[in-house]
Amino acid sequence: MCLGIPAKVIQINDSKEGKVDYLGTRVKTNFSLLENIKPGDWVIVHAGFAITKLDEEEARETLSMFREMAKLEQRQR
Amino acid sequence: MKEFRDKQIIKALLRDIEEKISFLPQPVRVMEVCGTHTMTVHKYGLKTMLENAGLEMISGPGCPVCITPNEIHEAAISLVSKKRNVILATFGDMTRVPTRKGSLQTVIPAPGSKLKIIYSPQESLELAGLEPEKETVFFAVGFETTIPSIALTVKKAFEQNLANYSILPALWLIPAPLKSIVEAGEIKISGFLYPGHVSSIIGQKPYQFIAEEYGIPGAIAGFEPADILLGISSILDQIKEEKPRVHIEYRRAVRPSGNPIAVAQMDEVLERKDACWRGLGRIPKSGLKLRKKFSAFDAETKYQLKIEEGSGDLPGCRCGQVLRGLVSPPQCPLFSRKCNPDSPYGPCMVSFEGACLVYYKYSRQEHKR
Repeated sequence: MCLGIPAKVIQINDSKEGKVDYLGTRVKTNFSLLENIKPGDWVIVHAGFAITKLDEEEARETLSMFREMAKLEQRQR
Repeated sequence: MKEFRDKQIIKALLRDIEEKISFLPQPVRVMEVCGTHTMTVHKYGLKTMLENAGLEMISGPGCPVCITPNEIHEAAISLVSKKRNVILATFGDMTRVPTRKGSLQTVIPAPGSKLKIIYSPQESLELAGLEPEKETVFFAVGFETTIPSIALTVKKAFEQNLANYSILPALWLIPAPLKSIVEAGEIKISGFLYPGHVSSIIGQKPYQFIAEEYGIPGAIAGFEPADILLGISSILDQIKEEKPRVHIEYRRAVRPSGNPIAVAQMDEVLERKDACWRGLGRIPKSGLKLRKKFSAFDAETKYQLKIEEGSGDLPGCRCGQVLRGLVSPPQCPLFSRKCNPDSPYGPCMVSFEGACLVYYKYSRQEHKR
C-alpha cells in the first residue's frame, strides 16, 4: 500500500483532479489533499490521492550525502 | 531513485552501521513499524546483513489488512452474502483474508449482490452513482495514509446526499499500538523505525511520547534500502548519545508538521474511538468512527451489523503474535505448510505488507527447517 515510488504531475484541473506519470503509466489522481501543485511537481500517490509533495532540494541533499559516503568508502579500501 | 539502491552507497551505510553498533551493548533490536519497510528489509537482503552486524530487525503492526480483526471481515462477508442488492467495494488484499465464514472471495453473494475490488476510495462513490438501485458499502480499511482520502470520499457522499452509500470502517491510528507494545514489555525494543507515509500525513509530533515518556529512539524513514539504513543509523546515534527523539530521515517527503490539509479532513469527518486490534486487543483511542454529522454513512449502524470483539480468531493462527513482534513468521508451525500464499490461513500471509508473506517471498530459504 505504501510504495514509495514518486510520480510526476502531468495535469491538474481547477477541481484538483488530474493525472500523474507513475513509472511510465498515466494514472488518474486526486490532488485535493495538497496545495499549490503544478505539472512537473513530484508527489507520492496513495490509493488514487496525492498525499505529499516531494521536496527536490531535500532529495538532492540526501543524495549528495550518500555520494560523499560512497566516496569515503571507496577511499578506505 | 536508483541511487537509493546503489551498491556502493548501501555498502558505505552498512559499514557506518557496523561501526556504530560495535560500541553498543547488544542485541540492538529495531522494530520496523510499517509493512512496506518489512518488505524493503527482506527484498534487498538487509535483514541478514544487519543481523550479521549485530542488529535484529523485527516487524511490527503496520499492515492494516492484518490488524483488522476477523469479526470485522466476517461482518463484511455476512453483509454481501445475506443481503440482496449490495455492492461491497474494498481493496484487493481484503478479499482474501480467511475467516470462519470463508473469505470475501470464496463466499457466494446474495442475489443481486456482488464484490468489487477497487484501487481508490473514489471508485466506491462512482459505483454508488452508477447503480443507484443498489446499496454500495465501502469496506474502508487503512492507516493515516489512506484515512484522509476515505474522509474526503465520505464528505463527497454527504454533499451529494447519496442515500445508497455507506462505509464499514476499519480505520487505525499508528502511534497508539506502539504504546501498547512498549507497555506490555514482552519484548525490549531499542528503537522504532517509523513509517514514512503515515508520517507524511501526521508529522513527527504524535510519536514524541515514545521518546519522551519511554526513552526509546526513533526515526521516520523512506522506503528505499538506503532510506532504511539511514533511519537505523540515526537510531544508533540516539542510543549512543542517550538522546532519544523522533528524527525525520525521509525529509524529501515528510514535513515536521505533516500534511495539515489531510489531517483537517480526517478531523472533520471522523473521531477517535477505542478499537480492538488483531493480536493487540482493545487499545484506547486507536481507531476512528464517523462523526455524528456523517453517521448516516456508517454501514455498521445502517445494517445493524454484529461485530463481537475478539470472537473471530482462528485456532492456531499466530498472526496476533507476529503483529506484536513476539513471533517471527517461520516460528509459526503453520508457516509455509498449512499457511502459504496459495492457501493462506491468516491475514499476514495474504497482504503484500504482511510479515508472513514477505518472509515467504524473500527469506524462506534462510529459514527452511
